[in-house]
Amino acid sequence: MLRLPPYQYHRPTSLDAAVALMAEHGDDAMYVAGGTDVVPNMKHRLFEPGHLIALKSIDELKGIEEVPSSNVKEGVLRISAAETLTAVASHPRVRDLFPALADAAAHVAGPQLRNSGTIGGNVCLDTRCTYYNQTHFWREALGFCLKKDGDVCHVTRTGKKCVAAHSADTPPVLITLGAEAVLVGPNGRRAMPVADFFVADGIVNTRRSRDEILTEIRIPLASAACRQAYVKLRQRKSIDFPLLTVAVAADVDGSGLVRSIQGVVTGLGSRPRTLTKWNDVAEGRALDGELIDELAKGAHKQCHPLENIIVDPEWRRAMVPVFVKRALEQVTQE
Amino acid sequence: MPKTTDIVRLHVNGDAHEVGVPTHYTLLETLRYVLALTGTKQGCDKGDCGACTVILDGNPTLACLMPVWEAEGRQVVTVEGLAGPEGSHPLQDEFDLNGAAQCGFCTPGILCSAAALLERTPDPSRRQIQEALSGNLCRCTGYAKIYDAVEAAADRLQSEEEEAK
Repeated sequence: MLRLPPYQYHRPTSLDAAVALMAEHGDDAMYVAGGTDVVPNMKHRLFEPGHLIALKSIDELKGIEEVPSSNVKEGVLRISAAETLTAVASHPRVRDLFPALADAAAHVAGPQLRNSGTIGGNVCLDTRCTYYNQTHFWREALGFCLKKDGDVCHVTRTGKKCVAAHSADTPPVLITLGAEAVLVGPNGRRAMPVADFFVADGIVNTRRSRDEILTEIRIPLASAACRQAYVKLRQRKSIDFPLLTVAVAADVDGSGLVRSIQGVVTGLGSRPRTLTKWNDVAEGRALDGELIDELAKGAHKQCHPLENIIVDPEWRRAMVPVFVKRALEQVTQE
Repeated sequence: MPKTTDIVRLHVNGDAHEVGVPTHYTLLETLRYVLALTGTKQGCDKGDCGACTVILDGNPTLACLMPVWEAEGRQVVTVEGLAGPEGSHPLQDEFDLNGAAQCGFCTPGILCSAAALLERTPDPSRRQIQEALSGNLCRCTGYAKIYDAVEAAADRLQSEEEEAK
């Protein structure tokens, strides 16, 4: 039995009211949407806010629709942050335009969790580590860790930097599609590419400050022309967090030659990693076996997982080229 | 002084309840310790096992991760609410006839996941059943008899519907 610590639950019905509640309670408050990450973490005493500000009753955070955009000529698909992962995975426009995103959303955890968990929550998911996602009793017995209550990293032993793993399924796909995240806070609204949303710090790995709400994801409709793929490695085919995920989006011309291509892996370090030099290698070439091998080998060189998840890091590393290859083969079969 | 208890209004299995709860209670704790509906099981208590699955507005949901306040104004169905006035739900009968429960701890959650599936998809494929139950862990049966039971219940519900026509 894991009890929650005492807290007050607030259910504002507008963004303004939510921001005002956060201003009132400051550091003692946290935003919560589906609760599938915040609640177990509170049960583990990783967060102990006195106030939870729930975002699920806010109508402004609902809806999936195509809208015009001031900075994207063809317009964007706006996915509001409190839409559940089930809704994103099954939405006809998402499936039609961005099948890799629907796929990634459909592979988060298990069905019940996707009915509660939201796309916004998935993007803002806390990083995970063997030495962090444990009960207070367990963590205390080990003398705590760098990310919470302690001053030593049990993964790197000597390191002073937290290496907890970014473990969300949808961000890698959103990055390959050139999506943008919109945040609303006490200082107003700001937007940034999802690619810039993450930082390489396992303790807090996003640029969202704790008093900001991720309100929506905007995906350029033009990205729908890309061939997309998403593959995920985990121990069981359901429930588990990823040990590794790979997202690929390729813009291929009529004669099958690559105009541009992007690959993003995650589940390894504290932020999704955009694989570098893909365009240098692939531009103007056919996406054939030879090129796929080259890109997969390049990915292997760039990825160095640590033992932040109790799975042999060498094996996880060896799986990088295997899964990059699978993603690229999926792209060619479209 | 912040409140440590408050009144929550719930609709569970068709009944309206207005009960006092500690403000930090989950829906699961409220069902089990306040409403005495102990059919919904407390397993891992952190969203892995699916034993606490209830049906919330038609969707299988984990009661252990839901602050009870989030269930206000919504329809909750637990395993106790599956049986109708005529007797047990066809799923419950078929679980019995097919030997789909061994220790039985995961059964209430699986019944809820399966009941929600059959509401939406009256004639599910084996694959759809597997997907619908993929968030419920069973360590005894190996699942085969559970899938058989869900298929049999779907057949029975469909033939009952045919007869009613």
